[in-house]
Amino acid sequence: MASENLDSQQDSITYFNRNIWSGMLFGLGFVAFVDETVFHQLLHWHHFYDKTTRSMGLISDGLFHAFSWFATISGLFMVADLRRRNAFVFKRWWGGSMFAGGAFQFYDGIIQHKIMRIHQIRYVDHVFIYDWVWNIIAVIMIIAGGLLINRTSKELRKKWEGNSG
Amino acid sequence: MGREQWVMHGHIHQSNNEQMMLILPFLLLIGLYIFAGVSSNRRYHSWPLHRYFFWCFGALSAAGAVVGPIANQAHMDFTAHMTGHLLLGMLAPLLIAISAPVTLILRTISVKWSRRLTRVLKSCFFRVASDPVVASLLNVGGLWLLYTTELYMAMHESQVLHVLVHLHVFLAGYLFTVSMIYIDPTPHQRSFLYRAVVFIFALGGHGILSKYLYAHPPAGVPSGQAEIGSMIMYYGGDAIDIALITIFCFQWYKATRPRESSTYHPQVN
Repeated sequence: MASENLDSQQDSITYFNRNIWSGMLFGLGFVAFVDETVFHQLLHWHHFYDKTTRSMGLISDGLFHAFSWFATISGLFMVADLRRRNAFVFKRWWGGSMFAGGAFQFYDGIIQHKIMRIHQIRYVDHVFIYDWVWNIIAVIMIIAGGLLINRTSKELRKKWEGNSG
Repeated sequence: MGREQWVMHGHIHQSNNEQMMLILPFLLLIGLYIFAGVSSNRRYHSWPLHRYFFWCFGALSAAGAVVGPIANQAHMDFTAHMTGHLLLGMLAPLLIAISAPVTLILRTISVKWSRRLTRVLKSCFFRVASDPVVASLLNVGGLWLLYTTELYMAMHESQVLHVLVHLHVFLAGYLFTVSMIYIDPTPHQRSFLYRAVVFIFALGGHGILSKYLYAHPPAGVPSGQAEIGSMIMYYGGDAIDIALITIFCFQWYKATRPRESSTYHPQVN
């Protein structure tokens, strides 16, 4: 298992937790990527620029876009790094992905769409339905991600107690 | 009056003689690189073939912004201008950085001159200039100045300014690239985290400017052209940034390779 190949418990905790960080980077980037390809490019629901955009929205969008671009790629390189150290725990990584992906979607749905008014999800009459679906999915992702991370922590604790007992 | 002026410039550039004169330096650079590679092969291991390709495509994409159809259109059409700038300020610097020109120069010239060149590269000036923050400010800050002030208009009216702006766009793009990824010997190296943070802010600054131009075209640019130009800048920048980020992350991946002593390898080969 992962811990056998690492020289100390401290290291294995670091790498165990790095699964979350790596997953978070990838998850955030992936949600932003889906947002860009599906909603901007394929469906054309989102607009590139909406006349109601506030300047804070432009800045927020620009920085998040840059960060997500970087995060997707660096998150995957971290997976490669964890794998060569035999420290990749998919469930924990996936938990991190869901958590950060959901958090970004929630931020996008509440702050960027509604408060900064970058653009709306779709330019239709009952946009509030879209908003609710969008944000509920985000919350479900956050909760599911958190539960998964928690479960892998418990599993590791149990394993270590089993080894010492 | 701006428009007529641009059209006039366009005609000047379409003369064949001038085209030939403008492409000459780029052909010369390609020739020099190949000569340096071949001549230094006598003393060192052979210079890798893919570096020649990177250099040639780098020089050609820079040339594409200065001569030929895109360059001629750029005087009248903002979308062509933006395509040219993407080639000159992002693609060419990336390809040229990967072709490792400084390494090639160092192994081509005599040891005495290599030492001198190395001393210059280690100098205080290059330490400051190669800092990611300084490079990013010169690169992205320069673009903000160009597109949000009178500079864009002035550039089309003065030939000298035109050359200076294009030179700056390329040099700042190159400086930015080599401040982020280390292909050539880099005396003043910065940590991956520091570079990553600056990188993200620089990309952010570029993206924000792109979208800003969508709604606020530079003086004299019709809004239809500004909208397309803005998207070329945004998505074109993204495309080239993927390559830059991937190289950056790959260098991190290689640098953080687990040391043999710290990892237990049960299998024996």
